Amino acid sequence: MSNEVFEPKLVGFLCNWCSYTGADLAGTARMTYAPNMRIIRVMCSGRVDPQFVLKAFSEGADGVLISGCHPGDCHYQEGNYKALRRHRLLTKMLEQFGIEKERFRLEWVSAAEGVKFQHVCNEFTEQIRKLGPLNWNGGKHEHSEA
Amino acid sequence: MSTAKPKVAFYWCSSCGGCEESIVDLAEDILKVVDAVDIVFWPVALDFKKKDVEAMEDGSIAVSFINGAVRLSEQEEMVKLLRKKSGLVVAHGSCSHLGGIPGLGNFWNKETIFNRAYHTTPSTDNPDGTVPLEKAKVDGKELTLPSFYDTVYALDQVIDVDYYLPGCAPPRDLILNAVQAILEGKLPPKGAVLSPNKSLCEDCDRNESKPEKLVISEIKRPWEVEIDPEKCFLAQGIICMGPATRTGCGERCIEANMPCRGCFGPTDQVFDQGAKFLSALASILDTDDEKEIEKIVDTIIDPAGTFYRFSLPHSILRRRRMEAIK
Repeated sequence: MSNEVFEPKLVGFLCNWCSYTGADLAGTARMTYAPNMRIIRVMCSGRVDPQFVLKAFSEGADGVLISGCHPGDCHYQEGNYKALRRHRLLTKMLEQFGIEKERFRLEWVSAAEGVKFQHVCNEFTEQIRKLGPLNWNGGKHEHSEA
Repeated sequence: MSTAKPKVAFYWCSSCGGCEESIVDLAEDILKVVDAVDIVFWPVALDFKKKDVEAMEDGSIAVSFINGAVRLSEQEEMVKLLRKKSGLVVAHGSCSHLGGIPGLGNFWNKETIFNRAYHTTPSTDNPDGTVPLEKAKVDGKELTLPSFYDTVYALDQVIDVDYYLPGCAPPRDLILNAVQAILEGKLPPKGAVLSPNKSLCEDCDRNESKPEKLVISEIKRPWEVEIDPEKCFLAQGIICMGPATRTGCGERCIEANMPCRGCFGPTDQVFDQGAKFLSALASILDTDDEKEIEKIVDTIIDPAGTFYRFSLPHSILRRRRMEAIK
């Protein structure tokens, strides 16, 4: 096991209007970037329920990204501001669970910013690679489960 | 005497005794219960032993009400025994339902809890540094204690549970309704929480006082302000778990002018009460400015402990990472 190279598993919640289109642009422009991100398209970054983030960590993600439209550009006026407020509060709460703030990231990526998406993926992957695996087990192994 | 009375058992695990009290608090109604059932096991009140339960036929207890979370090997053993002997198991109270207050121990582990309890609290007087051991020799005899787990578990994480009676402690009318439903065989589908499936706000008298657009620009703790007894707590900047908490409690705290702390757990639509409340609270913070947001977030002293006060073991993450505990 210890000889295996650690490949971070990342989950990215990307908004339909800006960031997913930005990721699509990175793809159609044939930019290469770290393949570690599992992308989930949501209609708005404000749609990302904090439960989704916890679920991702509890099921094996080493890092979670929420990406939405730049402030002022939200298709639904203020969904990204909601995402911002939740991100800050959830980051603080995750640290109480021993999940480092570097593992939970919020980025603004517009539909034109394929290059920025490429950078975010590469940088996030390297950051998590340095941090190491999260190995979440939630204390499940002590007794036999029902 | 062709039909014997149904047999009922009560048991306690990691709990404060308040749930036992909730049975006693049925007052004269307990006589009706005792008339209708045979109590065959109730360590807090009656002198039956584990071997008496072991001697019973499997499935012969109609229903076991088990309160408290599971954190010791002894508790695990007892609830597994009761599960085998019982037709129905009801998780009685918040600790059994969700992990409850003892579940907050999941921010720590055995080592840090023992260190605190036996060495570092201001009231500890333990010059020899004695700590409980699972096995000890005393006068040539071996004494044993149950093992203490690093993690606290809700009842349904250890055994199969049929129904849940929520609350810290469950109110009298919910207990009586449950007992009656069991006696009459009019039970909801297995796995149901025996309390209405809607949020506390829907029943709250203060709901009317909520402004059209509810926003918070400053979080206040209950002791910092004189609380208006008519007005929505959130509208006063006080954290109230009402929006993310199931109703049915009779608003005991609200009527005592204290905000909801969430003991009834979430509604059926929600997996994780704390995350859902976090979502709601962050949504109503009255600013879009990054620095302002961070300033307000700073004033929420202990988000995890506040939002998961009663439900940490049953949350999605369940506990603090063991590697992160020093």
